Amino acid sequence: MTTDTINESLADDHHGDSHDHKMTGIKRWLYTTNHKDIGTLYLWFSFIMLLTGGALAMVIRAELFQPGLQIVEPDFFNQLTTTHGLIMVFGAIMPAFTGFANWMLPMMIGAPDMALPRMNNWSFWILPFAFAILISSFFMESGAPNFGWTFYAPLSTTYSNGSTAFFVFAVHIMGISSIMGAINIVVTIMNLRAPGMTYMKMPLFVWTFFITAYLLIAVMPVLAGVVTMLLTDTYFGTSFFDAAGGGDPVMFQHIFWFFGHPEVYIMILPAFGIVSTIIPAFARKKLFGYSSMVYATASIALLSFIVWAHHMFTTGMPLFGELFFMYCTMLIAVPTGVKVFNWVATMWRGSMTFEMPMMFSIAFVILFTIGGFSGLMLAMTPIDFQYHDTYFVVAHFHYVLVTGSLFSIFAGTYYWLPKWTGHMYSESLAKWHFWCSIISVNLLFFPMHFLGLAGMPRRIPDYALQFADFNKWVSIGGFAFGLSQLIFLAVVLKCIKGGEKAPAKPWDGAEGLEWEVASPAPYHTFSTPPKVD
Amino acid sequence: MSKHNPRWLLGGGLFWGSLIFNSAWADSQLNLTQGVTAISREVYDLHMLVLYICTAIGVIVFGAMFWSIAFHRKSKGAKPADFHESTKVEILWTAIPIVILISMAIPATSTLIDMEDNDNSDVTIQITGSQWKWHYKYFDQDIEFYSVLSTPREQYENHNGNFTGKDSEKGQNYLLEVDKPLVIPANKKVRFLLTSDDVIHSWWVPAFAVKQDANPGFINEAWTKVDKPGIYRGQCAELCGKDHGFMPVVVEVKSAQDYDAWLNEQHALTAQAAEAEKASLSASMSKEELMQLGEKTYMAYCAACHQPTGLGLPPAFPALKGSEFTTTGSVDEHIDVVVNGRANTGMQGYGKQLSLKEIAAVVTYERNAWGNDSGDLVQSADVKAASGE
Repeated sequence: MTTDTINESLADDHHGDSHDHKMTGIKRWLYTTNHKDIGTLYLWFSFIMLLTGGALAMVIRAELFQPGLQIVEPDFFNQLTTTHGLIMVFGAIMPAFTGFANWMLPMMIGAPDMALPRMNNWSFWILPFAFAILISSFFMESGAPNFGWTFYAPLSTTYSNGSTAFFVFAVHIMGISSIMGAINIVVTIMNLRAPGMTYMKMPLFVWTFFITAYLLIAVMPVLAGVVTMLLTDTYFGTSFFDAAGGGDPVMFQHIFWFFGHPEVYIMILPAFGIVSTIIPAFARKKLFGYSSMVYATASIALLSFIVWAHHMFTTGMPLFGELFFMYCTMLIAVPTGVKVFNWVATMWRGSMTFEMPMMFSIAFVILFTIGGFSGLMLAMTPIDFQYHDTYFVVAHFHYVLVTGSLFSIFAGTYYWLPKWTGHMYSESLAKWHFWCSIISVNLLFFPMHFLGLAGMPRRIPDYALQFADFNKWVSIGGFAFGLSQLIFLAVVLKCIKGGEKAPAKPWDGAEGLEWEVASPAPYHTFSTPPKVD
Repeated sequence: MSKHNPRWLLGGGLFWGSLIFNSAWADSQLNLTQGVTAISREVYDLHMLVLYICTAIGVIVFGAMFWSIAFHRKSKGAKPADFHESTKVEILWTAIPIVILISMAIPATSTLIDMEDNDNSDVTIQITGSQWKWHYKYFDQDIEFYSVLSTPREQYENHNGNFTGKDSEKGQNYLLEVDKPLVIPANKKVRFLLTSDDVIHSWWVPAFAVKQDANPGFINEAWTKVDKPGIYRGQCAELCGKDHGFMPVVVEVKSAQDYDAWLNEQHALTAQAAEAEKASLSASMSKEELMQLGEKTYMAYCAACHQPTGLGLPPAFPALKGSEFTTTGSVDEHIDVVVNGRANTGMQGYGKQLSLKEIAAVVTYERNAWGNDSGDLVQSADVKAASGE
């Protein structure tokens, strides 16, 4: 490439639209191979799924508002909890992170686009079909899946309501989408980094997505395997999980959680990456312990493969197994602790301001840590016998997934919205979103700890009278939290429509290549790689 | 831009404080039960130990963070320091948590070893879960029975929008009561062998700190030794289908003396029931009697799936009203399905749970209720003949 073209492509950042070849209308979105378009599609899709899954949760909370069966039948209640879980995990959280990956990774490593743009288009566009299949089962005679998002056999095979095939094919498509997305992330990061950007110079955000993508490639095929075994057990007479035919229902759980535990980290490691980007920006101080953060992320990922059976302490494991999985699980507290300490150390003696990305990040650190504490408690086998399958567990994983993953997604959205839209979002409206969310989310999930300790099992449509008070408050918190997300929608829409013009770098403490291009980011960026020293 | 005002934090604290200490919470249990066994108290102590450790860590970490938030802010003119790594500090906050974890793992290990010691039991009881009831079988005693939720359907099926919040019509042990509780002796080591007839269930009594899955085709072990006679309640803890929320566990712990008396009573009852079965073979019941007993039995055992209306919840639970099977189909086959169940479906066999008389009545009821009007009358002797017992 000549010097001229380099200059020209650098200049592209300012009049990029001239080289777009953008189609108009729906075709632009259907045929797009542009990482920013696909990132946008992922983010909107995940937000629609968040509202869908949230609507299901509201029906659940309405039913649980007071004792007795009020508005739904127990079987439909099980369909609600199952699809709520599936939609939130596979439809809301995971695609949101893939959206961030698509939008930000190429800009952060100075690449022109994702390495495999056509596959990128596919990995998004099969996703709506997966969820259409899943959600359509609500309208079938069988009803939607009713065996829990963990679909334990034989409840999901011999004793299922006939929705198993829909469920299996939906999960297969979600899995294929995730694997394609993950391969794209790995290939992009390995091959398209700007000259001079060695692995240990990559932003931590890039590192966390890199490691997450490996986790996805490792465990998604396991999920595909287990749902296929489920399918053949249900419809083709195999007995993988049926003792009568020489199988074992507990083997299902081993295989499922061998996928399921790394999956948990798939949903939290990117959150670590986002928060580790934002806290230094608003503390105006470099991330403390960058390399220890990288090693901690990698350790968590590796440990995630040898802790799966801590979900299964009550299945009748031998003592040695229980001890092994207890010790390994407790060990995860160490790298996780390192991360939290590093974030606090980053803030320490910084020069902090508290715009909404920072507020959500701080809320993330505190509330995720509370989820981490309850995780540590759950790791201890003897007490897990009391906590297991109660609302204590529900409280735990909602603290890490909602106030953890989801809050990091909010933080990241506010942080990069100016880059995406070219406008500043309304700080006052965002403040409403933050405070309404933070109050209601704690009203929603904190009392669940008490309910679990007092003995309320999860996944029940009705409960004994001593659980009534807390459930009422939890439901009120749930409705408030759900409605608060409409404020978020309003902030985003308002920001897209207009607002104060955003400079290339709206946050004075922010670092990274993405701030070197204009706001909004031109359709094509870094057609020529920048130099990193 | 936001000026993060400490008053917000204070306000938030007051809000939470008032919520937590509001007198309305007086009835609600906040913490884990200490229970009534040595193990459950160990578990409780362990729970409190970890809770205190987590709270202490939380106070230190969040304290440092809030200190930083309060003072290291740009609005107060804070200038950013430029330190960003320290191997010494990293090693320190890797090592300290490891030490803390080891201090937690040691008591946890010893409690776990105690919990898994199933040897030398005095009494052994087999617990079998099925959708949605528990079956208890006492080894060497010839005593076995089902334990089913006894809260009347009217109490929980308050459809039609009863949003008045009136709980008065619900009993004190709403959803935590059964027709026949498990009875065990106090101060004896009782071993449980758990299995399931269909899906996975989980038998849980918080006061004993026993929660163990009942897996179909496999047997799990658990044990308890209760100090204090009394009634202890728990629930199924593993999603097991539609009525997972409606299969409570109730255990009545009796003193050695009362337990022996109970055993004798049960033996007498078993003998009586056998007599009654024999007598019913030669007796013939009128249609009215059959329909009456049939309706009662149907509501208790069949209505959860096939619904009081007989319309079922297809496709999993087929309708009995107007179906070929219950009207023109073979009576013998009908009896066979009720007695032995249907393999690979939710239909379990009721031969063990119901008397011949009850089966005869329920089959008669199903063939004549809801306008089925087949006119078929089934007697105990027919059931015996058809089921080949």
